[in-house]
Amino acid sequence: MLKVLSGNHSAAFGALLSRINFVAAYPITPQTQIIEKLAEFVDNGVLNAKYVRVESEHSAMAACVGASSVGARAFTASSSHGLIYMAEMAFWASASRLPIVMAISCRALGPPWNIGNEHTDILALRDSGWIQIFAESNQEVLDTVIQAYRIAEDERVLLPVMVGLDAFTLSHTSEPVELPNQETVDHFLPPRSDKPYLLSPENPFTFGNMSNPTEHMELRFMHHTALRDAKNVILEADKEWESLFGRSYGGLLDEFMCKDAEVVIVVIGASSGDAKEAAVVLRKEGIKAGVLRIRVIRPFPSEEVRNLLSRVKAVAVVDRDLSPGSGGILVSEVKSALYNLRCRPFVKGYIVGLGGRDVTVGDYLAIFRRTLKSYEEGDVQEDWFNLNLEVLEK
Amino acid sequence: MSLQIKELDRKEYLLPGHTACPGCPAAMGLRLLGKALGSNIILVIPASCATIIQGAFPKTSLTVPVINVPFASSAAIASGINGALGLQHKDVNVVVFAGDGGTGDIGLQALSGAAERGENILFICYDNEGYENTGIQRSCSTPYGAWTTTTIKGKQEKRKDIPSIIAAHGVPYVATASVSYPLDFIEKVRKSSKMKGLKYIHLHAPCPTGWRFPSEKTIEVGKLAVLTGTWILFEIEYGSFRLTGPSRFLLDKGKRRPVEEYLKAQGRFKHLNSEMIKRIVEEVESKWVEIKRL
Ligand SMILES: Cc1ncc(C[n+]2csc(CCOP(=O)(O)OP(=O)(O)O)c2C)c(N)n1
Ligand code: SF4
Repeated sequence: MLKVLSGNHSAAFGALLSRINFVAAYPITPQTQIIEKLAEFVDNGVLNAKYVRVESEHSAMAACVGASSVGARAFTASSSHGLIYMAEMAFWASASRLPIVMAISCRALGPPWNIGNEHTDILALRDSGWIQIFAESNQEVLDTVIQAYRIAEDERVLLPVMVGLDAFTLSHTSEPVELPNQETVDHFLPPRSDKPYLLSPENPFTFGNMSNPTEHMELRFMHHTALRDAKNVILEADKEWESLFGRSYGGLLDEFMCKDAEVVIVVIGASSGDAKEAAVVLRKEGIKAGVLRIRVIRPFPSEEVRNLLSRVKAVAVVDRDLSPGSGGILVSEVKSALYNLRCRPFVKGYIVGLGGRDVTVGDYLAIFRRTLKSYEEGDVQEDWFNLNLEVLEK
Repeated sequence: MSLQIKELDRKEYLLPGHTACPGCPAAMGLRLLGKALGSNIILVIPASCATIIQGAFPKTSLTVPVINVPFASSAAIASGINGALGLQHKDVNVVVFAGDGGTGDIGLQALSGAAERGENILFICYDNEGYENTGIQRSCSTPYGAWTTTTIKGKQEKRKDIPSIIAAHGVPYVATASVSYPLDFIEKVRKSSKMKGLKYIHLHAPCPTGWRFPSEKTIEVGKLAVLTGTWILFEIEYGSFRLTGPSRFLLDKGKRRPVEEYLKAQGRFKHLNSEMIKRIVEEVESKWVEIKRL
């Protein structure tokens, strides 16, 4: 069934179709519509779930941890300050190996207050031990939420998953979205098993007590390898999804005309659509342009990035995020993936669109061109794209 | 007929070999909790001495299921457990066992939220009147005048009245208790566990390490707290207030032992001058005046 849905409602429908049975949530723009829709589903009896209207995001994730520990399929959503506020619990959830899924409508952090699109929030939690998948379209948001449970609950993985979507460009923009059939979804995503451990008086365990240095590293090694090897499970889920519903998102990354490209833009999220349009324009001019959209941020697809970019002349990594004092976050991930190549492509980082500033097809055209020029000139300077000099001078 | 000690379960739920200090009141609280509720329980323990007492992975001294959780999160974690168990139609006692910091300071927001939502959990605060796990720093529940490593001249402020704050949420049950009166505590745990909603028990827990008294004197110090009227045993059941245990007979000031006896038993009060002692005595008295009005 085709339905016109915003990105936020796509996330809520994804959770509904996943037959979640626990929600704990706290409102924050631009995510709020996700949890409002879920409250409506629960109150109208469409969704049989316990909904806890907690008093903070820290408690939202805490309640999800509690519920998931006794076997529930738990969901929440957040954004920006909410995500950072719950950070402690996010780390706790992943090291507890709980298959929670959380949608993040990515937004800038204050001060000054700003509700615009930016990826700094989700990327600040890249070390939190979660799987992080970033969508390009509302359809992908919905499909990915369902896939996320399948991946999270896989016994080889047992890790929580964040599904990122761009504030407003996706969260509040409506698109036609195909609602997958419930029966087929149920086949793809069976009920959560109670393996390996649930918190229960019948089979008492102590979870999370003190550990000694003699075991702690091993626990982290297991967490790390499970997260790293989740790549295979993500790919499997994508393949099976494609065979059931005819849609694939490339698994770890979405490659657009990269194979023979001389210049490639690497980007996350919805604006990759504009980058792809720009690449098409350049192809008509005889410039071999391509776009590489990183879909999975954790586990980072280093090997796949290396394979795709090793023969490219120049790479532009476009960050809608900032690690102040270092630069773009994605660019440093990409550079470290490429470092061990014998023959590395030229890489230039761009900071764009912070706090919801528009990034257009024209901007991507300029980025492609500037990157080729910088390549010729050997200019590796990070580029703050479209900085408003008047504001700086004031 | 009230509960007799010989009627208690002989089974231990906190096993010997745990890693608490000698004379630890938190360990006593856990032991008594096991005797009160048995094994149909899920315990939620935030960062505190109660974390350490269990011992280190892969061992544990608790025979009931335990989830250790971040400092601020216990009431919210318990809410999640309670919500999910409800959906599975399972009837399990979800019990938080938190220190005074994890209750009244960093844990208060989550606790207030859970109380307001009427979560079906039993929240027990064992109050050792400070952050003992991190080495004796002041908490909201440290009493006026007490030495801690962050109040080396004695705390200048009076303690936060956590039970009253929780009672103001209109929850079905709020009580105080003391490790020195185990039957009173166990009766309160049992009675409240049968009620629906958030139940709160504030367990006075004299800590030899932090309060500076010999480890064999825990029970004695706890008794002095009650008998001097400094710690008052009561319960508020569906809004109606009742003194319990020895506190029933202490409304009359003349029946109470002098507060100074309680203060003198502890090294943390040894720097007090007469003015500070006077203030403490007055605060005790004013609490009783408040209670007389109830
Ligand atoms: C967010 C956070 N801040 C600080 C700490 C460090 N910490 C661990 S236990 C503790 C004090 C606990 O005090 P209380 O709740 O009174 O329990 P007690 O140790 O006295 O039994 C502190 C400050 C922590 N674990 N988490
Ligand atoms: S410091 Fe006090 S409360 Fe903590 S373990 Fe030692 S005796 Fe128990």
